[in-house]
Amino acid sequence: MAELSRELPSRQVPATDFSYVGIDSILEQMRRKAMKQGFEFNIMVVGQSGLGKSTLMNTLFKSKVSRRSATSTIEERIPKTVEIKSISHDIEEKGVRMKLTVIDTPGFGDHINNENCWQPVMEFINDQYAQYLQEEININRKKRIPDTRVHCCVYFIPPTGHSLRPLDVEFMRRLSKVVNIVPVIAKADTLTLEERDDFKKKIREELSENDIDVYPQKEFDEDAEDHLINEKIREMIPFAVVGSDQEYQVNGRRLLGRKTKWGIIEGIITSLFLPFTVENVAHCEFAYLRDLLIRTHMQNIKDITSTIHYEAYRMTRLNDIKTYTNGMNGHESTACEM
Amino acid sequence: MDASDIARQMKDKNARPLSLSGHVGFDSLPDQLVNKSTNQGFCFNILCVGETGIGKSTLMDTLFNTSFENFESSHFEPKVKLRAQTYELNESNVRLKLTIVNTVGFGDQMNKQQSYQPVVDYIDAQFESYLQEELKIKRSLYNYHDSRIHVCLYFISPTGHSLKSLDLVTMKKLDSKVNIIPVIAKADTISKSELHKFKIKIMSELVSNGVQIYQFPIDDESVAKINSTMNGHLPFAVVGSTEEVKIGNKMVKARQYPWGVVQVENENHCDFVKLREMLICVNMEDLREQTHTRHYELYRRCKLEEMGFKDTDPENKPVSLQETYEIKRQEFLLELQRREDEMRQTFVQRVKEKEAELKEAERELQNKFEHLKRLHQEERMKLDEKKKLLEDEINAFNKRKSAAELLQAQAFSSSSSMNIKRDKDRKNDTACSMEYSMK
Repeated sequence: MAELSRELPSRQVPATDFSYVGIDSILEQMRRKAMKQGFEFNIMVVGQSGLGKSTLMNTLFKSKVSRRSATSTIEERIPKTVEIKSISHDIEEKGVRMKLTVIDTPGFGDHINNENCWQPVMEFINDQYAQYLQEEININRKKRIPDTRVHCCVYFIPPTGHSLRPLDVEFMRRLSKVVNIVPVIAKADTLTLEERDDFKKKIREELSENDIDVYPQKEFDEDAEDHLINEKIREMIPFAVVGSDQEYQVNGRRLLGRKTKWGIIEGIITSLFLPFTVENVAHCEFAYLRDLLIRTHMQNIKDITSTIHYEAYRMTRLNDIKTYTNGMNGHESTACEM
Repeated sequence: MDASDIARQMKDKNARPLSLSGHVGFDSLPDQLVNKSTNQGFCFNILCVGETGIGKSTLMDTLFNTSFENFESSHFEPKVKLRAQTYELNESNVRLKLTIVNTVGFGDQMNKQQSYQPVVDYIDAQFESYLQEELKIKRSLYNYHDSRIHVCLYFISPTGHSLKSLDLVTMKKLDSKVNIIPVIAKADTISKSELHKFKIKIMSELVSNGVQIYQFPIDDESVAKINSTMNGHLPFAVVGSTEEVKIGNKMVKARQYPWGVVQVENENHCDFVKLREMLICVNMEDLREQTHTRHYELYRRCKLEEMGFKDTDPENKPVSLQETYEIKRQEFLLELQRREDEMRQTFVQRVKEKEAELKEAERELQNKFEHLKRLHQEERMKLDEKKKLLEDEINAFNKRKSAAELLQAQAFSSSSSMNIKRDKDRKNDTACSMEYSMK
């Protein structure tokens, strides 16, 4: 009752103000419903083995969401073809429940001949769209269609320091059309700051040369404010990240970090005697990535997936059916016609 | 709520519960969602059903603290019509597109049997246009102005006895299509005790007739208590007023009578505050959700089944959209083919008939012609015969004439031999006449 009494105008609003109706309470109602329902988020990690994908996921979500392959032999670790492994977790924070699904792609880019290694990935993504579409066009639909569509694909670029490899370009070119791609430079602690900046610039140039639209896409900026925020992000991509799930004691604080023999040398570049820590933005841009993916843009990522990518898939799929069954008469314009 | 409770509540068996070792930050998700919705704006559509003059427009004005354009309707409308008006309201940072639909002429006709039909048709039309948008190949659901009716306020006349049969019939038709909240209008005409009995009577009549009105949801703990209390106060007895009266040192919305003042926002006087609370402050989102997930889905299901779509075929395997298409298309083409054949048959038939007729006519003509021809021939033959006879007579006559002339000449030339001649002539004559008579 205490929560609602503040909405009764006779107690809260001064007597002369008659204009309060209570329409803005719909925000609170919406929030309540959303919390009750819970959220879903599906993130895919793509990259060669050994780039730190699992570690990064664990760091991002501060728990063991990906099990690092602890098997010994290489044959066991690298599957013959690109596999798609999807693991779901229920996590909760401050009353907000989320079903997080991490989709791993072991075997990507690990073979000698990596032609068409993006195909299983594309198929998987399109399968999720197909599943959702099938549910949506059912006559007896579920109250809430389970959303397994891939919202975000984090692509790991090996820190060569030179430029994108043909595999990277091919993959990102094809997949940026069906899913939101967030490219990251993996194991960024092998690059100095200047190398890192050069590398990033080169990557950005190559992305625009090849017409690869990564998240946040320019064309989906809603208004000027949005554009400003997204431009800042676009100037920073790809984020140079390091993952760590080990904590160290630094200056009396427990921080996530990596202990190397070079710790102090790296510290010289930024500031003396400060060992490398993951959350320190001078060291790596993990914090920016985390903010982008989770704290500020998660809902936007999901929206772009459902309003742009899914709708594009749906349109192509239904158009295909239309031309297939049409033959001579080309007059249909709805999904279910008669 | 501790993590283990939540973990136990998780119905999803595919996901393992996991505990976090630090602050991740996705607790801002509800805020992100709310922000997005705020930018988009909200839609809310209210349908007011009630007799003319019962106070629908005034109540809307009072509810939203503004004055919408109102037209006073006459009592002589031949049929029930609906009038919809859309307004944009702003409060804090919330933009609301409010559509108010009023019935015009409801309950005024002498024959009210079909009064509910325009209302049902209107609601269905809104569902239909949403369904059409949803089924389009290139669709924009996120920019679509949702015109589906989220709540129907049914205004009951304050007779103090019971519901009118028109009310029962209309509500029964509407309860599966829209959330109905019944309200008792002009509640300042009923005394407290009468009101209490009236409310009980109304609710029991609704229950016994199987009318399902909207129940405020009690599944969410934060609002369950207040909602269940309010459920017990239905139907709300409301009074609407946009005029202000000075009470004490405040100006309040009220109706001034010679015997006293009825304050709209005084909970002792009427249930207006309860209605506003429930309708706007607590359950607006739930009303929208119910409309979408229950009423709209029901409409969609019925409509698609009517059109012949199925989810599973007789062997209970899920039918893909493609197959359904194929089947529908084949059926359609077959139907077309059948109709074409039918038409062709009819055409051929007609042509044949015509042909036969014409042939018949031709034959008749032919017959006539021949008949006439025969007649002519016969005539001609007869005429020829007669002609011949005539010619014969002429010949004979000519002969006789020449013979007679000869005789005369001979008689003139020899008178001596006249006797002989006479005799001869007589003989000739008799011979001639005998010849002649023999002819």
